[in-house]
Formats: sequence, C-alpha cells, structure tokens
Amino acid sequence: MMFIRYAIYRFITMLLTLWVVSILIFVIINLPPGDYLSNQIAELRATGQAEGVAKAEFLRTEYALDRPIWEQYLIWVGMAPGPQGWYGMIQGNFGWSFEFDRPVSEVVGDALWLTVLVNLAAVLFVYMVALPLGVIAAAKSETWVDYTAAFVGYLGLATPNFLLALMLFYYGNKYFDLPIGGLMAPEFEGAPMSWEKVKSILVHLIVPTFVIGTSGAAAMMQRLRANMLDELSKPYVETARAKGLGPSKLLAKYPLRMAFNPFVADIGNLLPAMVSGSVLVSVVLGLQTIGPSLLTALKSQDQFLAGFVLMFVALLTLIGTMISDLLLVLLDPRIRYGARGG
Amino acid sequence: MRKLPDGRYVDETPWSDDQDLSALERSDMDAPNWVLVWRKFKRHKLGLISGIFLLLSYLMLPFAGFIAPYTPNERSAEYLYSPPQSINLWHEGSFIGPFVYPTEATADLVNYRWTYETDTSQPMPLKFFCESDSYNIFGVIPSNTHLFCAPEGATVFLWGSDRLGRDVFSRILYGAQLSLTVGLIGITVSFALGIFFGSIAGYFGGKTDWLINRVIEILRSLPELPLWLALSAAVPSNWGPVAVFFIISIILGILDWPGLARAVRSKFLSLREEEYVRAAEMMGAKPGRVIRRHLLPNFMSHLIASATLSIPAMILGETALSFLGLGLRAPAVSWGVMLNDAQNLASIEIYPWTAIPMLPIIFVVLAFNFLGDGLRASLDPYKS
Repeated sequence: MMFIRYAIYRFITMLLTLWVVSILIFVIINLPPGDYLSNQIAELRATGQAEGVAKAEFLRTEYALDRPIWEQYLIWVGMAPGPQGWYGMIQGNFGWSFEFDRPVSEVVGDALWLTVLVNLAAVLFVYMVALPLGVIAAAKSETWVDYTAAFVGYLGLATPNFLLALMLFYYGNKYFDLPIGGLMAPEFEGAPMSWEKVKSILVHLIVPTFVIGTSGAAAMMQRLRANMLDELSKPYVETARAKGLGPSKLLAKYPLRMAFNPFVADIGNLLPAMVSGSVLVSVVLGLQTIGPSLLTALKSQDQFLAGFVLMFVALLTLIGTMISDLLLVLLDPRIRYGARGG
Repeated sequence: MRKLPDGRYVDETPWSDDQDLSALERSDMDAPNWVLVWRKFKRHKLGLISGIFLLLSYLMLPFAGFIAPYTPNERSAEYLYSPPQSINLWHEGSFIGPFVYPTEATADLVNYRWTYETDTSQPMPLKFFCESDSYNIFGVIPSNTHLFCAPEGATVFLWGSDRLGRDVFSRILYGAQLSLTVGLIGITVSFALGIFFGSIAGYFGGKTDWLINRVIEILRSLPELPLWLALSAAVPSNWGPVAVFFIISIILGILDWPGLARAVRSKFLSLREEEYVRAAEMMGAKPGRVIRRHLLPNFMSHLIASATLSIPAMILGETALSFLGLGLRAPAVSWGVMLNDAQNLASIEIYPWTAIPMLPIIFVVLAFNFLGDGLRASLDPYKS
C-alpha cells in the first residue's frame, strides 16, 4: 500500500514538473523575435504577393499567434479556449507544423516510437556493457584488465559522439557490411510491421546504439567500479574470504548488491544525456527519430513542431527518472517512502 | 636518505642533539595547504602531464597567429583538398634542413576529385621568421611575422587543406582560440550561478531552499542538447561573430550550474551548523560575509576540481552546436566549425584529414578529465 501511495505521489510530482517544463519550453521557443507566419508575411509583403498575405494573416488568427504571449501559452497547452475551442496539448492536439503544412502529430508520427526504441536500446546497451566491465575492473583492479577498461572508457567519454558515429558507420560498412544511414531499409518505410522489418531495424540499430551508449557506459562503469572497490575493502568481505567463499560468490552475493543501488538511481542522470546524444546522432546519421525534425523546426522557427518535440524529449526523461525512482524503492528496502526529510 | 635492501630508509646525516623532532615548526609537517596539495598532485603523473599540456595549449593561444603559417581564412585556390605534406630534412642523402616538395593538383575528371602529385626532384626549403599575412598578437598588437612559411611556389599544408584550400593546421591553431575559451567563459557563468544559488539555498534553507531545489531538479532532468539547440536557434543571425561567441558560451553555462549548485548546497547544509559560523553570526556578520569569508573558502578547491571536470562537456557542447550549424558560424573558426566540413561519409573516406580537428578535441577533453581526477585526488592532502 505504501508503495502505491508513493507511486501516486511520484506521478503527481512528475506531472507538475512537466507543467513547469512546458512553460520553460514555451518561453524558449518564443525567444526569437517574430514567428514563422510573421516572417512569411514580411517576406510576402516584400515581394508584393498580396494574396498570400491574406492566407497567412488568416492562419495567424487561426493559431492565435496574434494574441498576447501568455494567452498563446494557455491555448497551446489547452488550458484556455482558442479559436477552435478547448483544443490544446491536453486534449491531444499538438498543433500545426507550418514548415510541413501538416499537423504536428502527422509530421512526427512513427518517429516517436523509433525515438523511444533507440533510447531504450541505448540504455540496455549501457547496462549490458557497464555491469560486467565495472565488476571485472573492480575485481581485477590495477591489472591490465582494469587499465584497458579505463582507457576505453576515457576514450569513449572524450570522443565527440557525432564523429564516433561517422567513423563507426564508415568502418562498420566497410568491414562488417553494416547498412549506412536510417533506421530501416528504405523499402520498409511506412510498411506494416513484419518480421523482415524488425530484422532490418535491429541491424540498423547496432551502430547508433553503440554510439549513443558509449559515453554513458563509460561513466557508469567507472562509478560501479568505484562503488565495488569501496565495498570490497570492507571487513565483511574479508570475513567471507577467510571463511572460504569462492571468488565469484564473494563478489556477487553482497558487494554487488550494495554497489548496485547507484546503478538504478543513475538512470536519472543517464537518460538526459542519452536523449541529448540520440538527437545529435540521429541528425548526423539520418535516423528517422525526432532529432532531425527538431533541428529543422528550430532553424525555420516552426514553433509548434519544435515545442512538441522538446516536450516529448522532456517527457521521455521525466518518465525514465520516475521509473528509476520507483525501481529503487522496490530494490532497496532501506530507502524510505515519501518526501525526503531534511 | 638511503634505501636498504629490505626496503627501509636510513638517513645518512649524523645525529645531532640540536634537532628537536617534536618541534612544531617542522617545515615538512606544517607546510601550507597548497604545498601539500602540490606534493600529492606531483605524484599523479597523468594529471601532471595533462596539466602541463593544457597550460601550454592555453599559453599558445595568443601566439596562434605567429605559429600558424597561414591565416585562418586565407585561400589557396589552386590547392583544394590538398593532402597533408611532410617536412623533410634529407634530400637524396644530403642534409639541407627543413624543406617541402612542391605539389601540383590535377583534376581527375573520372572520379571527379583533385589528385596531387609531389615533385620530389626539387626540394624547397622553408622560410623562418618570414613576413606574410598580418594577424594580431593577443588580438591587439598587429604583426606579420610567422614562425615559418611556405617557400615561393610551394605550399606547406602540414595537415592538408580543406574544401576551400585553407590550411587545416593553421585553422586548428586559430580554432583553439575559440574552442578552448568557450569552456572557460561557460564555466565562469556556471560557477557564478551555481555558487550563488547553491549557497543561498544551503545557508537560508526553508522556502528558498525548496524553490531552488525544485529548479535544480527540473533543469537536471532535461536533456541539455535540445535545449542548447533551442536557445542558440534564438540567437539573431545578424549578430557579429564575437557576440555569437559570447552568447553561445553563456548558453552552455546556463544549463550547467545545477550540478554545482547541488554540491554547494549540500556542503552548506552541514557547514552552517558549525561553531565558527555561529560565532561569526553572533559577532554581527551579515549572511553575505559569512558565506563569502567563512563558508566558501572551505571547499573552494573542491569546486575548482569539479569545475575542471565539467569544462570538457562545454567544449564538446560547442563542437556539437557548431557542427550542427547552430553554434559559431563562419567566418569564425572553431574546431566544431571545422568539423562541419567533415559532416559526410564521403569526406571521411576521400579526405580523411578534414576530420583531424577531432584529435585536439579528444586530447583536450581527456587532459581536462585527467587533470580534474588528479586535482580531486590530491585535494585532501592528509588522506593517504
């Protein structure tokens, strides 16, 4: 029961956070002077195309861009009636993309799921790599295993993601015949889900996952190693060794469990970095996630599209953080429910 | 001091009675904090080397124009995508000092690219302390003396030339001026914000603390890059390069402070209960003074170490933004702007040297990481 109450509490704080974030995002996307339509109108005026101006003016009133900024915000979120009545994000209307001349939900479409997929794959990759490597590096600390792991980790941290992506793509294609660009072979785009399509997506995921995950994996591996080393120097480990416990059991039974906590708690730090990385890598590699649409939207001041994409990535990280908090409570009985006491 | 075979140390100076071992004034025990830190830091070899490397890199910045044989936007239209040239010392068995072989470009109309042929029959010695295009030392003193330049009729592209025939080596040196300082300005902004918010949250507690803490949590839970992108998209495109540079560094700093503020806050929460803080308050010190004079000096060094660790993130951030075309823009030269040219697979395959700017990025980021680790490890001199 306590857990359910905590879960509800956590969910409500997430919603509140999301609300604050929506204000922040709205302010940011409205920072550039003017908007897509006013720019267009100015351009049309300058070139003397009067009929276009009327249409753009109509669109401006249609999307409430002529109202004060706070009213625009309320309409966008769906907390005030706009020209089409109560129809904002809360009601499931994500706005209109001026650049593509289609509703935002249609523009992003599949990209949402692919974004989630890419990030999930990257998170899985981080855990699958960091867990064994971190433990081994701690168990064999100050041997060549440790040093190699640290070296690779540092290199992963220091190489800019997008370059790693380009190089891996190039060499992966040259030596392992991995496909270049995109998240699936072109013939599957827009096709219904099938086994072949899934296979194609999986093959295309290899390089992006690796690229997005490397720096996260490196950081997490170092943290796990440090935690393990702390635990391994404690007297109870000595006792266990003295009593003749085998090396693998010695590691896994208690120290690993203790060192595991930050591992789950770290999702909160890991996810924002991952999402950042996936946006960048998607742009470079032309993955069909929402990264590229964010970039075009920002460059052309397509504010509803940009706003929605930013909201979506924020939501993604917030949900991830919430799940990690809940998992942490389930895993570690020492953590108390409810708000943190001072 | 001599080491015995069994590993013990023996002091060879004869025993004298004047030496009082229990004296408080022993310089090796009572050294000021920075000496202790330095002593320990010296043993952290990787950190030391990184520190020296970074120091040299930053000292080089004002003189980039002197070291570089070309100026950053100087075009050699005859030499587009020229491959790296080597500087040789020996020609057909005889020593003639540093020289280059002239190259000639021919258009390969089948593969549609330039191919270069090196004419190894005539060595052309480099000129030293020669006069060429003008630049400014420290950005103010005009000069046109270069450390070395290309001989007449030949080029010296140590790391090749790019799509417009500009020297990659020179551009990397000039790019360092922006790429390396972007992190410093960013960290200053983040430092100021982080210490300000962290200390008032930790010192006053209560509602202020709650509010600042929520802001920190929200900012930390957001992905940085999309926000950086959104903020830099808002920079008007008619601003000059210098203004853009400053605003980009500030943008990088604005999202980085929450981590620092959190560290400051948690430290303050425990330190504000100490007696000396109470004493200072009793004597009528204002909060500002208590924070600045009594609390902050306690862990300033730790803050500096952690700042060192977050500079690389900013350097990488600038690179990413410029790479995507939303950060610094040409004619400004930074490593990210240069990598913008290496954006596609073709350039990596055919002209791999256009991706060379990634090497200084990797080295600098690694160096900052090692330096930060070393500093952090040596800041507690009494811990073994």
